[in-house]
Amino acid sequence: MELLVASAVGLMSAAGIYLVLRLRTFPVILGLAMLSYAVNLFLFATGRIVVGEPAILSLHLNHYTDPLPQALVLTAIVISFGMTALVVMLSLGAYLETGNDRIDMVDEVEKPQIDPEHMPAPSAPERHPAGQEPQR
Amino acid sequence: MIATLPSLALSSLTLTASAATEAVSQAAGHATTQVATAAAGAPVDPVSHWIIAPVLLPAVLAPLMVLLMRFDLLLQRVFSLAGAVALAGLAAWLMADASTGHIVDYRLGNWPAPFGIILVLDRLSALMLTLTAGLSVPVLLYAIGSNWDTRGRHFHALFQFQLMGINGAFLTGDAFNLFVFFEVLLIASYGLMIHGGGAERMKAGVQYVVFNLAGSTLFLFALGTIYSVTGTLNMADLAEKVAHLPAGDAGLIRVGAMLLILVFAVKGALVPLQFWLPNTYSHAPGPVAALFAVMTKIGAYAILRVYTLIFPPTTPATGTMFADILLPAALVTLAIGMIGIMGAKQMARMVSFAAIGSMGTLFIAIAQFTPAGNAAALYYTVHSTLAAAALFLITDLTIARRGEFGGALRAAPKITQSGLIAALFFVAAIATAGMPPLSGFLGKLLVMQATWNAPLRWWIWGAILVTSLISIVGFARAGSSLYWKANAIAPGGRLSVPEERPLLPFVATGMLLAGLVALTVFAGPVTHWMQGTATQLLDRTAYITAVLGHR
Repeated sequence: MELLVASAVGLMSAAGIYLVLRLRTFPVILGLAMLSYAVNLFLFATGRIVVGEPAILSLHLNHYTDPLPQALVLTAIVISFGMTALVVMLSLGAYLETGNDRIDMVDEVEKPQIDPEHMPAPSAPERHPAGQEPQR
Repeated sequence: MIATLPSLALSSLTLTASAATEAVSQAAGHATTQVATAAAGAPVDPVSHWIIAPVLLPAVLAPLMVLLMRFDLLLQRVFSLAGAVALAGLAAWLMADASTGHIVDYRLGNWPAPFGIILVLDRLSALMLTLTAGLSVPVLLYAIGSNWDTRGRHFHALFQFQLMGINGAFLTGDAFNLFVFFEVLLIASYGLMIHGGGAERMKAGVQYVVFNLAGSTLFLFALGTIYSVTGTLNMADLAEKVAHLPAGDAGLIRVGAMLLILVFAVKGALVPLQFWLPNTYSHAPGPVAALFAVMTKIGAYAILRVYTLIFPPTTPATGTMFADILLPAALVTLAIGMIGIMGAKQMARMVSFAAIGSMGTLFIAIAQFTPAGNAAALYYTVHSTLAAAALFLITDLTIARRGEFGGALRAAPKITQSGLIAALFFVAAIATAGMPPLSGFLGKLLVMQATWNAPLRWWIWGAILVTSLISIVGFARAGSSLYWKANAIAPGGRLSVPEERPLLPFVATGMLLAGLVALTVFAGPVTHWMQGTATQLLDRTAYITAVLGHR
């Protein structure tokens, strides 16, 4: 049992880390989801692995499983679910705005300097300098 | 999000499954007697119930703004500002109370100490609350005056949620609750960061979110490891349990504590985990970046709290390993930040690197783990938060007037109100670089004084002095190309940016700079207060007894 849980946590973490290091948003989000599965399982195991016992305190029970990690996992699941939904929406927004789903940005040095005399061609996607909003 | 908190009240169990029934019944009996004494009219501090107010006030305001005022910007502005001002008053009152030196706790649901969620107010928490509230008022004024809050929706609601998360993180006395409040403040910061939209900002937002989600996962791994060893997540209880840990568990607790410091290092932008900061802060809206100036300090606060209370250098299991790791990392952070000021080609990026550099100085002071080091760190925290926020606001003022030149650090025709903005930049740059006469100089002096007896003294002094010089050169170069060279390339010419002269942004920036001046003028009483806070921080038994009661 311990071996199974431990290797499941390890495998999912490894897959998660590999995917998070990819350059496109979709694998990165999958990787984050994978990591959160791994950590949820890990949190379960922190209360020691007990099979088939209630998670409730009672004076008549000699064996029980630690309910606190289950409460922690519940909170962690809720939070990671919300965060995953948010990052999906955000990446979709970034994809629609920039036209690609790369996670890295054009380097500051490589970025074409914006010069009033040599404005970017009208066909190029609209660029704004850092922090600058389009004039209303 | 607050709905998830009561589920934590389930932490009525800190025993691992291996415990026998006797222990359980004892614990239950102990718990009931504690509840009974509390109910039987044990003197309850009148401040006690007000501790949760800094969390509740924004938590109530924000949904009201979304539900009732979403189409009325004026109402949102009034309530947001009133909320921030009320928060500042509340924080100042709590700080006045905490100054007397006693530590007050607030138990949610009146669950006795190691079992339920607990909020704790001591001098450090009160200081950070006041700093946050004091920062939020000028930042809000700026956001309103510069119309940033009209460029997207729900700015004020997100702002209040952000305040709720930050206040909660400063108040909580429970490690898992710290994680929850980190998530609250992060999810609000994601919304604020991409406020106003735009391709570059969205892309930077994705990076920021992904980096912090990975950090949150790491946080959970760290908490899980620590819980598996100690069977508790209440900070005071952890402090007791970790101090008396059997030797066989030392390895596991070291792993947990190391993972935890990595998480806080992500928040505090400590090298090598600082990569998220420049892109995030330079692409965030100006007022949001100014508010984020306090976000890095949350990492510093968490390290200060956890590594003085739970894992102080006297702990047999961990020893001085954290100080040994923090100090070199802090030195590199300082160097990278200050060199970044020289290397940056964009104004907002330059200020972001200045923020990284100030975190380096701050962590050098924290890494001493001495009363003098902590006091210097606290003084420098207040100074660097105000200075960085002022610089971000001035950056936004400048960029808004430079039209298509944006924040590029090169000469452009003269901007509207050039003289005033240049003067503000001059003051803020002097403060950030650490030149006399402003508080940056005093802060660095305090840090250097606190490290006089450190083994790596010459490294620390050398790094602080040389990087100060580098940052002075960097700021001088940036300031002259932004404000001075205008006449050289276009004598008498002006940028054809709409001539708007709103007053409020200048009032907001002036408030932050006035804070820096006040910090300089009242440096004596302030450092005295910080020394008292540092002493209280190192008195672990006072905190533990305040939370767990007399044992």
